[in-house]
Amino acid sequence: MRLRRETTAPVADPARGIELRGVRHVYGDRVVLSEVDLHLTERRIGIVGANGSGKSTFARLLNGLVVPATGSVLVDGLDTRTHVREVRRRVGFVFQDPDAQIVHPTVAEDAAYGLENQGVPAAERAARVAEVLERYGLAGHADHPAHLLSGGQKQLLAIAGVLVMRPARIVFDEPTTLLDLVNTRRVAQIIDELDQQVVVVTHDLELLDGFDRVLVFDAGRVVADGPPDSSVAAYRALMVHR
Amino acid sequence: MTLALYVPRGTVVHRTPAGWKLLALAGLSVLVFAVPTLPVVCGALGAVVVVGLVVARLPAAVLLRQTRAVRWMLVAIFILHAVLTDVLTGTLTVLRLLALVLAAAVVTATTRVTAMVAVVERICRPLEWVGVRPARIGLVIAMALRFIPLIAERADRIRDAQAARGGSVRGLRGLRTTVVPLLVQVLQLAHTVSEALDARGADDVPLRRRDPRAT
Repeated sequence: MRLRRETTAPVADPARGIELRGVRHVYGDRVVLSEVDLHLTERRIGIVGANGSGKSTFARLLNGLVVPATGSVLVDGLDTRTHVREVRRRVGFVFQDPDAQIVHPTVAEDAAYGLENQGVPAAERAARVAEVLERYGLAGHADHPAHLLSGGQKQLLAIAGVLVMRPARIVFDEPTTLLDLVNTRRVAQIIDELDQQVVVVTHDLELLDGFDRVLVFDAGRVVADGPPDSSVAAYRALMVHR
Repeated sequence: MTLALYVPRGTVVHRTPAGWKLLALAGLSVLVFAVPTLPVVCGALGAVVVVGLVVARLPAAVLLRQTRAVRWMLVAIFILHAVLTDVLTGTLTVLRLLALVLAAAVVTATTRVTAMVAVVERICRPLEWVGVRPARIGLVIAMALRFIPLIAERADRIRDAQAARGGSVRGLRGLRTTVVPLLVQVLQLAHTVSEALDARGADDVPLRRRDPRAT
């Protein structure tokens, strides 16, 4: 199996976490992120902010979906600009809309997609897919068309499709926005049980209970950074004045 | 709208490699056109039904759904032949087409999309010499099957939204008020899907992505 790989990958150090150095990003003339300098090492990190505050762009920086206009993002010491494939293997990404993330017609086929890309052998692929579908209650739907799943099941499939790749870190971009209360709780529980480092962009402040660190974004800048209580209070205060 | 027609069973038809099934389908097509006699065409149709319902244990609804989908076309063809040629030719043509439609349905219902796509990728492998990546062709086919129902669903949602606000969902105006927002949504969706493909390692796809043993 031939895979295109980075030719000069440096030795990665997981203890280094994710570093953002002097990050600034623009879309056309619009500055969406500026002066972002962060070092993310905590296990549970939340990101909150108003619509258009730069949260989603920030999330996309973390696995190289977006490369900063200036500055750099390092994952375990790997620069997302020069080692994007290696970074994406380490940082999984769950999108807000699972319909955009599910690319294969049936549940099992979609769950296997990332593993196929990684060149995982068929037998191991089947075993890992079966295991992840079982864990998220989708085993009975393995051969069902993905578009016939409920919204909650689709989000579970989207999460399963990422977790089956066993990334060291996972970024969730508003994972509960389209879900009802039951499925929101289910996703919150899944996030809580993950061993990986998790970064969650959300408007659901309850989701941040028990998190280690919460960043508040406003107009492309980090305006509060600390434990959930203080950051959420800062965020609420910020929104009161809008 | 359902394009994913796979019906999971553990029969010998399901286990037969997709390539052989497609080859058999091609062979049947050649046979019913090369030997257009009533016994051969009726035999082919009967064999397809037996393989589908008895050997592959497919629900009769799978074959009936396909028959219903083409029924008016078959009726039109029969009438055309009855008027322009003769009833026997019309009967032969209709039975021939029905046999092929049902045979295709049996193949689709007993073969996973990934296995079908793997065959397409194998067929396209010579194109690697001119820089084409067969895995990408396979992905395009799989994504088409995945997204056609989704886009149809979004079109329905837009039509419902227009109707709920008293808008017209018929005629040219209805077409315009549906197509424009649908195009916008599809373009937005395409952008996010491309990000999702990147995030899930689409760029890591080796030249030969699929396991040739996939069925």
